[in-house]
Amino acid sequence: MTSTSEPSANGTALLRTDKLTRHFRIGNALSQQTLHAVDEVSLTIGEREIVALAGESGSGKSTIARLLAKIYKPTSGETYFQGKPLSGFKSRKDRLRYSGLAPMVFQDPFASINPVFRVSHGVLRGLKLHRPELSRDERYAEAQRVFEVVGLTPADEVLQRFPHELSGGQRQRVGFAQALAMRPKLILADEPVSMLDVSIRVGLLNMMAELRDSQGVSILYITHDLASARYVADRLIVMYAGRVAESGPAEEVLANPRHPYTQLLLSAAPDPRAPLGVGAETDRGEPPKVINPTPGCRFRWRCPLAIDKCHQVTPELSQMTPGHQAACHVAEEGAEVKAFG
Amino acid sequence: MAMLPVSGPTTAPPAGLPDQALPVPAAGRRGQSWSRLFRAVRSNRKATVGTALLIIFILLALFPGVIAHDSPTATIYPRSLGPSTAHLLGTTALGQDIFAQAVYGTQQVLIIAFGVGLFSTGVAVLIGVAAAYLGGAWDGVLNLITDVLLVIPLFPLLIVIATYVQNAGTAVLVVVLTLTGWSYTARQLRAQALSLRKRDFLEAARVRGERRMYIVVVEIIPTMTSLIVASFLTNALYAVLFGSSLQFIGLGDPNSVSWGTMLYWAENNEALQTGQYLWAIVPGALIALLGAAFALLNYAFDEIGNPALRPVRRIRVKRAG
Amino acid sequence: MSSVPAKQEPAEDTAGAPPGSMLDVTDLSVTYAADRGPVVAVDQVSLQVDPGEFLGIVGESGCGKSTLLFAIAQLLAPPAAITGGQVSFKGRSMVGLTDRQLAAVRWKDLSVVMQSAMNALNPVRPIRAQFADAMRAHGVRSKTEIADRSAEVLRMVGIDPTHLRSYPHQLSGGMRQRAMIAMAMLFTPDLVIMDEPTSALDVVAQRSLMVQIKELQQQLHFAVIFVTHDMSLISHFSDRLMVMYAGQVAEFGATRELFNRALHPYTVGLMDAFPSIRGPRRELTGIPGSPPNLAAPPPGCRFEPRCPKAMERCAATQPELYQVDETLVRCLLHEDGTAEEKTA
Repeated sequence: MTSTSEPSANGTALLRTDKLTRHFRIGNALSQQTLHAVDEVSLTIGEREIVALAGESGSGKSTIARLLAKIYKPTSGETYFQGKPLSGFKSRKDRLRYSGLAPMVFQDPFASINPVFRVSHGVLRGLKLHRPELSRDERYAEAQRVFEVVGLTPADEVLQRFPHELSGGQRQRVGFAQALAMRPKLILADEPVSMLDVSIRVGLLNMMAELRDSQGVSILYITHDLASARYVADRLIVMYAGRVAESGPAEEVLANPRHPYTQLLLSAAPDPRAPLGVGAETDRGEPPKVINPTPGCRFRWRCPLAIDKCHQVTPELSQMTPGHQAACHVAEEGAEVKAFG
Repeated sequence: MAMLPVSGPTTAPPAGLPDQALPVPAAGRRGQSWSRLFRAVRSNRKATVGTALLIIFILLALFPGVIAHDSPTATIYPRSLGPSTAHLLGTTALGQDIFAQAVYGTQQVLIIAFGVGLFSTGVAVLIGVAAAYLGGAWDGVLNLITDVLLVIPLFPLLIVIATYVQNAGTAVLVVVLTLTGWSYTARQLRAQALSLRKRDFLEAARVRGERRMYIVVVEIIPTMTSLIVASFLTNALYAVLFGSSLQFIGLGDPNSVSWGTMLYWAENNEALQTGQYLWAIVPGALIALLGAAFALLNYAFDEIGNPALRPVRRIRVKRAG
Repeated sequence: MSSVPAKQEPAEDTAGAPPGSMLDVTDLSVTYAADRGPVVAVDQVSLQVDPGEFLGIVGESGCGKSTLLFAIAQLLAPPAAITGGQVSFKGRSMVGLTDRQLAAVRWKDLSVVMQSAMNALNPVRPIRAQFADAMRAHGVRSKTEIADRSAEVLRMVGIDPTHLRSYPHQLSGGMRQRAMIAMAMLFTPDLVIMDEPTSALDVVAQRSLMVQIKELQQQLHFAVIFVTHDMSLISHFSDRLMVMYAGQVAEFGATRELFNRALHPYTVGLMDAFPSIRGPRRELTGIPGSPPNLAAPPPGCRFEPRCPKAMERCAATQPELYQVDETLVRCLLHEDGTAEEKTA
């Protein structure tokens, strides 16, 4: 399922973020607080690769997607797309061009398509805006082509349907088709299969891998499900409480997780084919909402391996093995540690 | 929230094999919306009654001469007659044929109703939806204007304006009623637009690169058709009732032919006290009927657009013994 | 659609119920009166639950599992209604009981945990008020008794009793679900029905909630019916598992049996559709197609259009539930009661 790509060197990465940060101000006039949704996230996405961004609620993964789609402006930090900083895309022309190169696919198949129009509407609008050189007939032909690529056949017929006449899986494919029509380099997929039935998910995951292989598109696959990340992604980035905990080749990270949080996630993921001792160690905690945080590792309250340093110094990502990084003081020391599972 | 009923359960489309190839529905695709609307009207009792009433009134307004053979303004007939074959509803104290007046009066009332309905709703949609989507300072300013108009007591305001204008003809009535009436439905539309603002398909349109005005006009407003139709009906109803009331208290043009002016003259001539009941009752009943037609249609479209409001069917369970 | 026998007098045991079973559902059918005509959402489903047993019901959207649950708990409202079959709880027939009679059973012997605690908990009242409501509705008057029991059930689910004063929005998602379960435990019922209580939770919270439920069950010996779409999650906790498809039972048997040797092609397809987190990586296919439209179900087997092993007669013949060892399977491949598949 994977292609053999490695994280690209800085100069050639398709997308690179540099200490991307986004805070939200919450509370009323009397008590202003800052919610740290994303803190100093530096990640890269290369050409023709699927990168999975995994985390639980409050990890910041959805916020990252919206930062990359320019729905939010970063509080600090910068994102570079094909070497150029996003903050430099100020004119309408630049922003339009970027939205065509890095479109987003949304999570909810029932809310992400306008119910009043036929499903051809979104695709044709996207084509009109982003590829104005095409004539009306050419636009329609292109709409048919992308529908076929995502497996919605006969394309001619499906294009004429209304959203409520399609199943959830088909609607998500429409979302991908809309993105494809703009000839993107990177598709930002925000939990695209979470709301679909299990038997349908695999079909879409297979389609995503196919898009990478045949269309040369990179995909940022945001998910909370490690198993699907393993199935489809080349690289995996695990986030916790707004920071990157671990990142590296998907198979490697899941086979040798170095960060205790990754180990916890793995141990909690159900796998019917493996026996499970019901008495297995269970952690009761939940990811925190990070409000006005103090320095230190955000996982320290739930980590059985926490040392003094963890309470004082926020860990940075450091290399474990080539390409595999983790932000953990204990893991840094070199020895392989097992916290959970 | 499309105005037209959904064709089936939202999660299970017609069965097909495989995931991609689904059978084309039998009805032709173009005429499908109209036939669906027709079916919806037929199946909903409120809609049927309301539509029937409205159609009758529209026919009366379009072809008054066909139904009423006398002239509505001529004062040549014998006065204060009761109903007879020559004058179906009798005559007024001024020698006019009541039936003719009632029929011809329909025209003005409907013009006011539809005119106010259309313009009010138009203004309400523009202001309400723009306020919701543009947000920020725009929302603040537009909201302020809406709220001020809402707070001012309606009827006194109408009276003040109409008195100032004096002898308000149809056009003036339409303008006055529109200016005072749009704020109520603007509020409702703004509330709905606000709730739609966060919907994914709007974010998708933004991410696609659409301009804000385009999103408001093309993406948001069509999904609000239910509420917009309801606003139109509400405003039309409001126009019928308040327009006739203004005419009744003498602020309209007393020489025009309308139900409201009929009531005005009937009141002036003490129709009820002198036993000329039909003169007062007939226009009143017609106003009530037209108002009821709009109200019924309003409920009906609510139910058609929002299946949760429909009367719940019950399954009959056969129990033996 | 069979007609239901007249309301029975409450008796201690009904003839026909296997001895020891606490809940006995026989040929239950539920129909929705939809615009286009009646839709049979649950088609003649039978199951028995023994005391202390953990029964899982698994299926995808539209299979009827939630409707089945609501029917068992007598929570259906028009346009849905039970149109056939019988539900017997502790020997008493539940269908056709009045609200008063049901109230006596509800919460004391049978309680329900809903899918989303945010929907089930009143957002403007603190937790302790809702616990008190439930207890007062069942005749507990003494304030100390209410306070003590509330604290006790919260401790049982691992929540600090000081949270009794909290409002639902002040608790995290996982804690809210635990509070729901605590509320269901107030009278230590014999049967707890749960409708996807973990779907809104993160994976770690899900796992710890499931473990908690299992521990409580072993402690207090109540039976559980657990409805979910997540087969891999339930696999570690249920004793028996029922797989539903298009309103019918597709397969029903011991959980381990099902996983070691799934018989129905739908079950096989469903299990295959889960990418594994350990073990070898291989390409999966899922199950192409969609479930049938229940307003007009196909004449033969409902899974036939999507079935990789469909035979010619599957499209025309409706399979019954056939017994293969201890498992029931609705598939013509196993018509003769053996695990080997028929070839025609």
